[in-house]
Parts: sequence; C-alpha cells; structure tokens
Amino acid sequence: MRVTVIDYKAGNLTSVLKALRHLGAETIVTDGDLALVKAAERIVLPGVGHFAATERLDATGLTGAIRTAIARGVPFLGICVGMQWLYEGSSEAPAQPGLGHFSEPCARFSESKEKVPHVGWNSLEVRKDSRLLVGVEPGEYVYFTHSYKAPVTTDTAATTYYIENFASAVERSNVMGVQFHPEKSGATGMKILGNFLRWKEAK
Amino acid sequence: MITKRLIACLDVHDGRVVKGVQFVDLIDAGDPATQAARHAREGADEIVLLDITATHEGRQTLLDTVRRTARELFVPFCVGGGIRTADDAAQVFEAGADKVSVNSAALKDPTLIDAIGRSFGAQAVVVAIDARRDPEAADPVRDAQVYVQGGRKLAGRRAVEWAREAEQRGAGEILLTSMNCDGTRTGFDCELTAAVSESVNIPVIASGGAGTVAHFVDVFGRGKADAALAASIFHFGISSARSLKEELAKAGVSVRLPC
Repeated sequence: MRVTVIDYKAGNLTSVLKALRHLGAETIVTDGDLALVKAAERIVLPGVGHFAATERLDATGLTGAIRTAIARGVPFLGICVGMQWLYEGSSEAPAQPGLGHFSEPCARFSESKEKVPHVGWNSLEVRKDSRLLVGVEPGEYVYFTHSYKAPVTTDTAATTYYIENFASAVERSNVMGVQFHPEKSGATGMKILGNFLRWKEAK
Repeated sequence: MITKRLIACLDVHDGRVVKGVQFVDLIDAGDPATQAARHAREGADEIVLLDITATHEGRQTLLDTVRRTARELFVPFCVGGGIRTADDAAQVFEAGADKVSVNSAALKDPTLIDAIGRSFGAQAVVVAIDARRDPEAADPVRDAQVYVQGGRKLAGRRAVEWAREAEQRGAGEILLTSMNCDGTRTGFDCELTAAVSESVNIPVIASGGAGTVAHFVDVFGRGKADAALAASIFHFGISSARSLKEELAKAGVSVRLPC
C-alpha cells in the first residue's frame, strides 16, 4: 500500500515515515507535486509546530489538490497540526484559514493552573463506531505535545481530558485526524496507523 | 488523565552505552539500539541518549547510533551531547531523533534555542540545565547556579532565570539536573525542581539523586516535576520502568500502565 506524505516544511517527517514503513507502507513524500496528491491512494499530513506553517499548503496549491483527493474518497489522516488544519482555522494564526472540512476553529487551552503545552502520555475516550480507533481499549495511552486543540463536535472520534475535554481524534468517513502522535505512541499508536492503512470505504 | 513520564537515559561513548560514576571508570553496558528497545519494551515513556564522546570524530558515530536506535523505536526519542549549531540539530533530527537536548552551547549562544525552535518547533528543543545550590547565597534554591563542562565551570546564570529565558526563546522542556544530588541516591532536589517548575509553563524533567521509589513519588509531588529521568536506578534493585511504575501507581502517582 502506498501513502503520500505531505511535507510542508514544518518540523521533521522522519518519525512518521519510519512508522508507516515499519507497517509495510510504501511512502511518497511531496512538498508540492499536485499530480502526486491528486493520484494518491492515501494521504498523511503530519505536523509539529505552528499553525501558520500551513500557509505553505495554500501557496503551493496543495490545499486544492488535497480537497480534490478527499472529495474522490481518498483516506486522509492529519496528525497534530495536520488534524487542526482540517477545521476552519486556529487562534494560533487567525489570519490563516484551515481546510474547513470540519466546522469551528481550534483554540488554545483555557487559562488554568496547569501547564500549556500539554506534553506527555494521556488516555482516550473512544467513540464506539470509530473505525480509525477500533481495537483501542479504555486505559490505553498515546503521546501528545500541543498548546492548541480542536473542539468537541459530532465528528469527534475520541476525547481526552487535560484542563478540559478536547477532541483527540476526529473522523467523518474518509477524513480523519489525531491530535496525538501515533508514530510516537508505542503499540497503541501503531495499531491506529495500521487501522488507517487498512481503511476502506464502507460498503 | 495526563501521566507522569519516566524517561530512561542512556549515556553513550563511542557508540556504546556506558555506565560509570561521574563519567569515570566507564563500563561497557551494551548496544544503544538494543538497550533503547529494551527500555521501551519494559515500559519507559521516553528515551534519552546522551553522547558523552563530544569529539569531532565522534559526531559521525553518534549519527549512526541515532539512526540505528531510532529505526525500531516508537516512543519519543531525545538526543543530547555536543549539539552546538542548528545544523548539528538538523542532522540529529534527520537521523531520527524527535527532540534534541542542548546545554553548554545554548549558554554560550542562547539564540541557538530560538534557531532550533523556529525550524523544528518548540516541542523538539529540550534545554538541559546542570545546577548546584549556592550555600553562600541568601536563597540557595532561587539562587542555584548553572554549571557547564560537566560541572567544572560556573556559567554565571541562575538556574531559575535561565529556565525562564530558555522558555521565552522557544524551549519546549527543561531537563534539570541537580549536581548536589547527582550520584548520591539520596533523592532528587525537590525544592530546586519545584522552584524551576513553578517559574515556567513548560514541562520540567527532574534528574539526579534517584535511589528509591519514594524519591520519585517525592519529586512528582513536592518537586512538581512533570517527568523524571531514571538512569542508574535500574542498576540497583528496580529491574524495569514497568516495575517502577507499578510501585508509583500503588503510591497514587498517575503513570502509563499497562505499558
């Protein structure tokens, strides 16, 4: 199976590529070849860093190519900032729109006595019909590192509690996102990436 | 619920894991890739590899070691030792590290923190601080001094202030080693750890002094540490991160279990 990984020059791709290859996927990296994206079998949009970096997706035309691929039914997984990009935008970079596939914008964690960023291993409350998170049992942990988070909506596939409940995974048909880093989340993370690689349109 | 992290630390010299007291009498303790995989399998939440070779010829060996260690490692992986420039950091990331730890070079040129953070994100920059209490000072904890060169030289900075500056420049975490406690097995410096942890909004990893499970309970509670480095504790009595975490869970500390 072949996965097109989008490089938008935000952070490093090594860990994501390594994990996908470990699971037997063939990886193709592109930073702007629109034909590759339009013809993709599966797309992963990684991301560590600032929401403003997603501006590059617009500048290179990748946003449009991804939109087309998603409309065609290509399974898409956004990781961390890559998940947040699926929403309308983020208060981290208000001038930069997201894809708008999911409604509402992402926002910073509320002020509290807890530290922001949220860094470390935290648990998931998984929606029963999630296909991305199938097999993830209560009490399994995944690795997070972020200061902004997605709102809990009807598309939320899992929630996690830190300061407040936030969407740690989102899923509507072929479009999926995870706030945590499956590539750094041990056996649980590999299980989730494996689910994505096996994802097929429901009959 | 967010859990407290237990981080396994491997000191690496010329591509081999070494054990020793204060970096002397080094004993070969195996292959870094094998050891890192074992710690991850046995429940460590993260792996830190500290290169103590720090010679120019050693750089290529280090990159090979990082590459081999990262290949089958699917938990966060931090690499430190001898990272002097943003280019050094880029090579280590390219080899498969998720985070780099910088120490002396950041003290010499603090903009190194900004530079790495800008390119790779704050979550990828750990600033390591070696601190020692100043018994002469009015407030030995708040005035604890930063040292470089393995503790031989004063950096002329207070630990609390340096941690705060590192955060402002874009560090994602602080790795705080108490030089008073390091190697003593008498417990972490909880007062110093708490002072640093309360003055920044980023995670603080406590290091130095662990000897018993109770020491970890203490540093996660009173010391307000977000994570703790477990290095030599695995050499005396506690066999794995998992067994340490099981003991911590019994004591009421939130940890990643089962793992």
